[in-house]
Amino acid sequence: MNDKILKKLEILTNSAKYDVSCASSGTNRSNSGKGIGNAAAWGICHSFTDDGRCVSLLKIMLSNHCIYDCAYCINRRSNDVERTSLSVKELTELTIGFYRRNYIEGLFLSSGVIKNPDYTMIRMVCVAKELRTLHRFNGYIHLKSIPGASMELIREAGLYADRLSVNMEIPTETNLKLLAPEKSYADILAPMRSIRTGILTSKEDRKKFRSAPKFVPAGQSTQLIIGASSDSDQQILNLASSLYKQQELKRVYYSGYIPVNTGDKRLPALTNPPLVRENRLYQSDWLLRFYGFGVDEIVSEKHPDLDLELDPKLSYALRNPHLFPIDINKADYEWILRVPGIGLKSARLIIMSRRYGRLNSRQLQKMGVVMKRARYFITCNELSSLTVNEMKPEYSRQLFVKKILSKKSKLPGQLSLFDHERVKMLR
Amino acid sequence: MKTGNSNTWIYDKTFEGLLSLVFDCYEIKQFPSKILGKTELQTSMFTADYEVISDEIKAKRVWKGLNKKISKLSCEMIYHVFLSEMEDIEILLLNYIRKIFDSPENIEYNFRNESVLKMLKINKKVKREAQRIIMFVRFQKTADDIYYASFEPKYNVLPLTTKHFKDRFADQKWIIYDMKRNYGFYYDLENMSEVTFTESLVDTSSGQIDKSIMAQSEEFFRELWKTYFDSACIKERINPRLHMQFMPKRFWKHLTEKQR
Ligand code: SF4
Repeated sequence: MNDKILKKLEILTNSAKYDVSCASSGTNRSNSGKGIGNAAAWGICHSFTDDGRCVSLLKIMLSNHCIYDCAYCINRRSNDVERTSLSVKELTELTIGFYRRNYIEGLFLSSGVIKNPDYTMIRMVCVAKELRTLHRFNGYIHLKSIPGASMELIREAGLYADRLSVNMEIPTETNLKLLAPEKSYADILAPMRSIRTGILTSKEDRKKFRSAPKFVPAGQSTQLIIGASSDSDQQILNLASSLYKQQELKRVYYSGYIPVNTGDKRLPALTNPPLVRENRLYQSDWLLRFYGFGVDEIVSEKHPDLDLELDPKLSYALRNPHLFPIDINKADYEWILRVPGIGLKSARLIIMSRRYGRLNSRQLQKMGVVMKRARYFITCNELSSLTVNEMKPEYSRQLFVKKILSKKSKLPGQLSLFDHERVKMLR
Repeated sequence: MKTGNSNTWIYDKTFEGLLSLVFDCYEIKQFPSKILGKTELQTSMFTADYEVISDEIKAKRVWKGLNKKISKLSCEMIYHVFLSEMEDIEILLLNYIRKIFDSPENIEYNFRNESVLKMLKINKKVKREAQRIIMFVRFQKTADDIYYASFEPKYNVLPLTTKHFKDRFADQKWIIYDMKRNYGFYYDLENMSEVTFTESLVDTSSGQIDKSIMAQSEEFFRELWKTYFDSACIKERINPRLHMQFMPKRFWKHLTEKQR
């Protein structure tokens, strides 16, 4: 390796960084014998960039050459950017060298489309294969599949990767056609289905034979770009929910569009990336996956977009005051979870401890319940004060919006991203 | 200092010592109001009323007794809380253990109780610190192929992390060293042992190994990692508050990417 590689690393990291899915969780791969590495189920962050995002994997592109011309992408062929590629050997050496120093959990490899999809995909598979077989590397590998690559290659990739992702990028097909004319939903859904089948088959086989090969053990994920197209939050969340249900995706990532290509008429003129909206989507995604909410409880025809001033759970509670207050000492777990200010952990503690006696508000606070919020939605041992059910809706909304704003722009950023992965440990 | 009812006990500051102390309490039916390490006593204003002698058999009996009464996780929690080395942690532990032995019902999940909840909270802090070692340790490769890392954890959590490193880096020799408490662990591809340096080629102000013993590729890899770290940041999203919250300043000293 020589100095040229520094420049390549810089260019190809810069090209890859807009893909936000960095998580490395979901696999438990133990070190088989004396190889190098394992993958911890709880996804370890090894550093945090100055923008507060978790650095878990060496997230890099194999090449930023691309024959396609997607409007939202910095590497599209019509852009005049410096282009370069890393060789298979350079990539494996970088990965191993970083891994041994405890810089990373593994590799997240994507690429622009060089020549044609298969030509590119073969190289990516080769990197994963060499890491696993030649270097006996047991760390985490995430490959982003190239749209249009053949199913055989996708299947081979699945034998070496912990996770595969097929990015949808744009939440509706019409807008995808507008912004990425060379891509289609068919090209995206076909590999997704094939990966899903592969995962199911491998799970079945492994029930019968322990030695049957694992296939994408950490599941598949996708990414949606938020704010590059006119799609509503309702459309986005319905898509996400169906991806979780029908394709059994492990994660849907939302990435606020960063205006990398100014001057393209098809794209909105943004000054700042829509970070608050992105965070609200993550919160809603969380409600869908862990809090038992349905999409229609979060957004509806009447409210197709998320409230940027209130988090989706609070906003749900304020739209449905008749469902509150909840009796902390009696209500089911599902209902306790619906109280703003109560998270998964404190809900658990509540259920466990109330067997020993009734809970009062001081104890709730100690258990991590945010009483400033929760108190309007619950009754506990003491007589409850004014609850949301007795307030005028305009007043209750004002109460919270004011409180939240006065906390002085506690911008959520991607806090959520990190927390989401961690909560898995608790479950 | 000796006031009316105070009863100060001293022990050797080991976990075995603390469990022996519990044993003695029940045997002589007395409970201390203050517990100190022998060395701590010298710098305090207290005088010792009783000295506990660490005893493996006594400790094992108490540990067994605990394991019968409460879950494995809660037993581990007792050990973790001990590693916090917080002031008067022994008294909290003693009270907790007494509650477990003395109350007819199992109290480990009764989070209405303040000391149970306090244990839970300290446990969380200690585990978090151990997790941070796992996250933020940076190995430097030496010329004789040992990967070395120093760290200064707030709590004495190095022992909680060695299993992770042993599993993960089974095919490389490594040392992780607690510079604050001056001890560490060395893995030589076969076994792991505790080590203490009397003299070392590690710069105490930066935790870096001396150039004379550095592997050839080491500086280049550092350079690569720094380049990666800087390039991975999205400038449009810069958020120093969040950055600091996740990676507090006290860790920067040993983080390659933060060394300029
Ligand atoms: S195919 Fe990928 S790399 Fe190429 S322009 Fe589209 S998004 Fe960018």
